[in-house]
Amino acid sequence: MSERERDDHSGTETTGHEWDGIKELDTPLPRWWLWTWYGSIAVAIVYWILMPAWPGITGYTRGLLGQSDRTDLSGELARLETVRGQGLVKLKVASLAEIEKDPQLQAYALQVGQSVFGDNCATCHGSGGGGARGYPNLRDDIWLWGGSLEEIQHTIRVGVRSGNAHARGENQMPAFGRDQMLTAAQIGDLAEYVMALSGRNADAAAVGRARQTFADQCAACHGPAGAGDRGKGAPNLTDGEWLYGAGREAITAQLFNGRNGVMPAWETRFSPETVKALAVYVHANAAGDSGAPVATTAKNVILLSGAAQAR
Amino acid sequence: MWKRHEKFERHSLILVLGIIFVVSIGGLVEIAPLFYLESTIEKVEGVRPYTPLEQAGRDIYVREGCYVCHSQMIRPLRDEVERYGHYSLAAESMYDHPFQWGSKRTGPDLARVGGKYSDSWHHDHLSNPRSVVPESNMPPYRFLARTELDTHAIERRLAALRAVGVPYTNDQIANAKDDLDTQLDAFAGENSPLKKRYGAKVQQRDFDGNPDKVSEMDALIAYLQVLGTMVDFRTYKAEDPENLR
Repeated sequence: MSERERDDHSGTETTGHEWDGIKELDTPLPRWWLWTWYGSIAVAIVYWILMPAWPGITGYTRGLLGQSDRTDLSGELARLETVRGQGLVKLKVASLAEIEKDPQLQAYALQVGQSVFGDNCATCHGSGGGGARGYPNLRDDIWLWGGSLEEIQHTIRVGVRSGNAHARGENQMPAFGRDQMLTAAQIGDLAEYVMALSGRNADAAAVGRARQTFADQCAACHGPAGAGDRGKGAPNLTDGEWLYGAGREAITAQLFNGRNGVMPAWETRFSPETVKALAVYVHANAAGDSGAPVATTAKNVILLSGAAQAR
Repeated sequence: MWKRHEKFERHSLILVLGIIFVVSIGGLVEIAPLFYLESTIEKVEGVRPYTPLEQAGRDIYVREGCYVCHSQMIRPLRDEVERYGHYSLAAESMYDHPFQWGSKRTGPDLARVGGKYSDSWHHDHLSNPRSVVPESNMPPYRFLARTELDTHAIERRLAALRAVGVPYTNDQIANAKDDLDTQLDAFAGENSPLKKRYGAKVQQRDFDGNPDKVSEMDALIAYLQVLGTMVDFRTYKAEDPENLR
């Protein structure tokens, strides 16, 4: 071990090590660095005192500030409620009709409705509510479960075949083909019959053969004239709107597989006022309600016979 | 300053022991307490091990790398809670091995996707995402509906999970294949053996719209539909002091 000595050139001490005549300077750390380091240690100690930090035997040090992410969050959510303020309070107490009548409150409800719709409903019903195959269009005047404010609110709350105790849709469209309730020939005839119901060209002989099958299998829900039934969510088969596709093939596929729409119940996810705002939003963007279809038997008979003659 | 470091520098064994001592402080302070501290373990009602079908779906979720684009972790932040629902609890992933929290959200968080959409939506969306979400950039997984679910090792999969701490009973492992089939039977009823073994909330139905086939799509949708639904947040007391941490 050699002696520590002062280096003449830099004026700094050496470490005292020497290898083959090479000596090592013991240059002290830069002051600014050293003090930053000491400062960091001091900050860490202050942090331990103020914030949750050290584990112990049965728990951990909570810190003097009592900070917790979850407490912060509940505070933030409470603040959010204050910021939303009057609008939210009014939304809670006002009835749906009152919301629609008050332009200011309606505008507020539409804002809330739009953001909630975009986040949750648009995935199925499309970003404008235009729907897709299998997912109803919410912008037109055709409603499976009713298009009034109250009916829309109810559907949003309980859903359709959602498993909710009050869910809509107790009636299911059977899978006539897959479950072998009807033969392929009968399904083909029925498809022709449905084509004729909606006033399109169809095979007259097939329509004739299917008349009894329709009365036996379909009329219970879709009505004897195929005009549908809102109580059961059975679509009107005489109009131009087709949830699962309009063509002969799509109709045959639906008869074969019997797809039944499912909509989740939202009352467990949304607060009642959010559901209200959503109902107002959907109602405001729809083209009204054409009303529950009336069984216009005479018209359909004409359509049917007309279609049969056209053949 | 301390001038004795020479001893460490000249004896490698002393140096190694010194390094082990210093590094172990971090582990002792940060990791070891998690094994014994009661307060780090939340007790939450409702969380149960996955049913065999859900577990098979989870394996497909992992196999396809869904976690690369989807997280399963709603953080306690205002915007996340407003969008996705109640923040995730540690207990909700206690039977996940490995957990699927993820760290990247090319797609949305899936921690509470269960019950948010219908089965047929999941089927349509997985088969062709753009048929229902035009702006989506998710790849299609059409083959899931075509592929028969491989269930030959389902008992062993549950047994393997039990080895790492998931409390599957002998009964659950022995009947795994039956339970898997029962869950796909919409008419299995409220008193099915599956519900006895896994609780009344288990969803029993055909998930992929094709009752004639046990497909990978069935399993994946069954898994997606249970995500985030086990804890009933109407009864969970989030504001309880012991839950505020």
